[in-house]
Amino acid sequence: MNTPIFRAFAVPLTALMLIASLFILLRGHNAPGGGFIGGLVAAAAFALQAAAFGPKAVRRAVKVSPLSVAAFGLSAACVAGLFSALADMPFMTGLWIEPHLFGITVPLSTVMLFDAGVYLVVVGAVTAIALAVEEEEP
Amino acid sequence: MTSGATEATFAALVLPFLGAVVAPVLAGRFGARAAWGLAVLPALSFLHFCSLVPEIAGGAPVTGGYAWVPSYNLSFSWYLDGLSLTFALLVTGIGALIVLYAGGYLKGHVLQGRFLAFLFLFMGAMLGLVVSDSFLMLFIFWEMTSITSFLLIGFDHERRAARRAALQALVITGGGGLFLLAGLLLLWNVTDVTHMSLALPYGEALKASPYYLAVLLLVLMAAFTKSAQFPFHAWLPNAMEAPTPVSAYLHSATMVKAGIYLLMRLYPALGGTAAWEIILPVFGGLTLIVGAVMAVGESDLKRMLAYTTLASLGLLVLLLGAGGDDAVEAAVLYLMAHALFKGAFFMLAGILDHETGSRDITALGGLVSAMPLTFAITLAAALSMGGLPPFFGFLAKEEIYAALAGGNLRAILLTATVVLGNALMFAAAFVIALKPFLGARKPTPRAPHEAPILLWLAPAVLALAGLVAALLSPRFHALFSTPMASAVRAAPAPVEIGPMPHFGLPLLLSVVTILVGIAVWLLADRLRPAVARLVATLSPGPDAAFDEFIAGLLALARRVTRLTQPGRLHIYMTVMFATLAAALFVTPALYGEWPAWPRFAPLLPSEAMIFAVAVIGLGAVITARQRLTAIVALGIQGFAVAVIFVFYSAPDLAFTQFMVETLSVVILTLVMMRLRLSVVDRRAPRRRLVDGALALGGGFGLVLLTLKTLETPFDPALSLFFGQWSRVIAHGRNVVNVIIVDFRGTDTLGEIAVVTAAGLAVLALLRRRSTRRGKA
Repeated sequence: MNTPIFRAFAVPLTALMLIASLFILLRGHNAPGGGFIGGLVAAAAFALQAAAFGPKAVRRAVKVSPLSVAAFGLSAACVAGLFSALADMPFMTGLWIEPHLFGITVPLSTVMLFDAGVYLVVVGAVTAIALAVEEEEP
Repeated sequence: MTSGATEATFAALVLPFLGAVVAPVLAGRFGARAAWGLAVLPALSFLHFCSLVPEIAGGAPVTGGYAWVPSYNLSFSWYLDGLSLTFALLVTGIGALIVLYAGGYLKGHVLQGRFLAFLFLFMGAMLGLVVSDSFLMLFIFWEMTSITSFLLIGFDHERRAARRAALQALVITGGGGLFLLAGLLLLWNVTDVTHMSLALPYGEALKASPYYLAVLLLVLMAAFTKSAQFPFHAWLPNAMEAPTPVSAYLHSATMVKAGIYLLMRLYPALGGTAAWEIILPVFGGLTLIVGAVMAVGESDLKRMLAYTTLASLGLLVLLLGAGGDDAVEAAVLYLMAHALFKGAFFMLAGILDHETGSRDITALGGLVSAMPLTFAITLAAALSMGGLPPFFGFLAKEEIYAALAGGNLRAILLTATVVLGNALMFAAAFVIALKPFLGARKPTPRAPHEAPILLWLAPAVLALAGLVAALLSPRFHALFSTPMASAVRAAPAPVEIGPMPHFGLPLLLSVVTILVGIAVWLLADRLRPAVARLVATLSPGPDAAFDEFIAGLLALARRVTRLTQPGRLHIYMTVMFATLAAALFVTPALYGEWPAWPRFAPLLPSEAMIFAVAVIGLGAVITARQRLTAIVALGIQGFAVAVIFVFYSAPDLAFTQFMVETLSVVILTLVMMRLRLSVVDRRAPRRRLVDGALALGGGFGLVLLTLKTLETPFDPALSLFFGQWSRVIAHGRNVVNVIIVDFRGTDTLGEIAVVTAAGLAVLALLRRRSTRRGKA
């Protein structure tokens, strides 16, 4: 699989896919996309990179264990649900704030944090599985 | 009751748990001296409960609590009447003493902090158990005492015997707890209330209910396992593997009395019926005799005491089942006397073990000169256990005989049983109190010397309490015995017995008991091997039966596992697809509800092309000679499906389908390479036929299901709702995403938890494979 052409294309392709995955995550609330799909795209990017340069290289580049990323995402999603407790509302009630940054209004919400959590869980878990399966090939 | 008092009671209930948190820290820093500080916590609880004595003795129960899950009528609530209060005082009072004793007993032990933490946890659980008003709280604390008892018995977990004893206690008492849960649920169902204080007045209605016997049997199973009644008693003698403070506290003074507490608590609701008065005396009497005989046959001090505890528990059950006010009063007195003298006795046995290095009755002798104080305290405990005046045990025994003695056959049988049991216990008490101290000095592993104050203080206080309670009996009865007996009877039941002997039938029976006891004591050394032989001829007993039971359970589990988890992927897949096909075909066949073939709209050319791609992909999967080709071809078919989603304006779905298909192909390929499957799929023609039939069955089944689903008219309520509100209240135009992250966010949270768990599971499986290969 690791022909020079594939390797040459793998790096820019991976970068593009990762950026696209973030884009998909952030636009998800109003247009097709969201944390789940974004996470799958990012996982595909890492799988592509691993196919080109081997799972060890991906692990070195990512630095943290993919499963930790998944665990972190799960905690983030839980915390996003708990914010509503501060406002004395039931678990998982969405809260929105709209601060003005550099002259534009940026709507932020606990829902977005939750979606980011979903993204991290999907990236983490799928990448962990893909890398583990790819490693120690006989 | 004022709110301040409610908070104080809550604090008294929580203090032991606080102790569990701070014990490891303090024990790590101050060693055995930490015990002095830690004992303050249960002592404070004790003092708080003491302050409630006048109010409760006056006949007003103290209640309080907090709502927990109001919608299910669950609360954390307590109900303190004479019965609960006496138990609470025993748990906290003896608890404080035991902490001191444990400090001395485990001095210098590395894990002393952990031990004390377990002990405090137990104390909190036991305290919660005896004050619980809510059924659920009672059950939770009941099981918590089983679990903490497991931890304490298995404290010395490097010994096999300790591990087995711990597991046995957990299985028997914890299993009994499940009967309690069932019993309480049934009680709830019959009476429609969830609190003890409310259920007790339902006694008459309950006894008339057709479920009465079921409730009774379930509750009795719980009480009999917890209080070690024959034939569920085996765990108690084995629990002597625990360090001695545990034996003194859990297995004589408190936890084993939880079953007795339950019987006393439910006495107004369940007691007094024919079934009650048959079952209880039979099992109690059997336990009394078995325990007392085994005690005489035993030479290990702690096991001897454990068997006498069994006998005492049997005696209590017998008394509760004997019927009549006097029997209940006798049970109340005996319970208090027993907690005091048996707790002391165990601690004294621990001192002997600690200071001489042996607890074998035949290896000890002549210790009186070396340990005069220990001897004095032991003698006091033995006098109470033997039922001699002026100790509290005497009062209890007089009351027992006064209650039981009668002219009918049943009374004579019960009296004879109790006289025999008491005589044997009398003998056992004095074997333990006299044999190690008198006679010729025998060599012991350690040079014997008097115990330090941390060790002797607790048993001395308990033994003294037995004397003081008897001497001040009118006051003691007014404050404790009468309120407790009245609570059990749910009617005034004044206790009046005093320490001065009165001539009459009870005293005569006492004299008979003592004479028989002295005779057994004199013959003790000759009876011991005789009893051992008797036990050997009667074996295997319940203890061996427990091992058989566990072995049988494991064998069954292995057989079931081998049947359902044969470990061959092909078998799993066959079962799954066969079940799927069967489920999809059998149901419509049974009800004759086959879907009609619908009239489809004519295909657009673009649609026709995509269908063609899907069909070509499918054909490629079936005809491919190489596995890799088949996997990729499966991907083609999946992409075609994704394009169909696009046509029907489901972009999110299509997007996900594309990504999932891509990743599936990648991961399937990798898995195939890892598994080192042969490149070409070689299956026997017959198996191909079976697999093909299953594939067709599953596929057509799903077609049927889809057609059937399409026949039901589409209900647009949900689509309309989400379409209408998604933008307005959830600030999102992508309805699919809003549903996932907001409307049904909790579902998603569960799903991503599953994704994470799946990742963990895959990693664990792969790691297992590679370590196994590494070993091979």
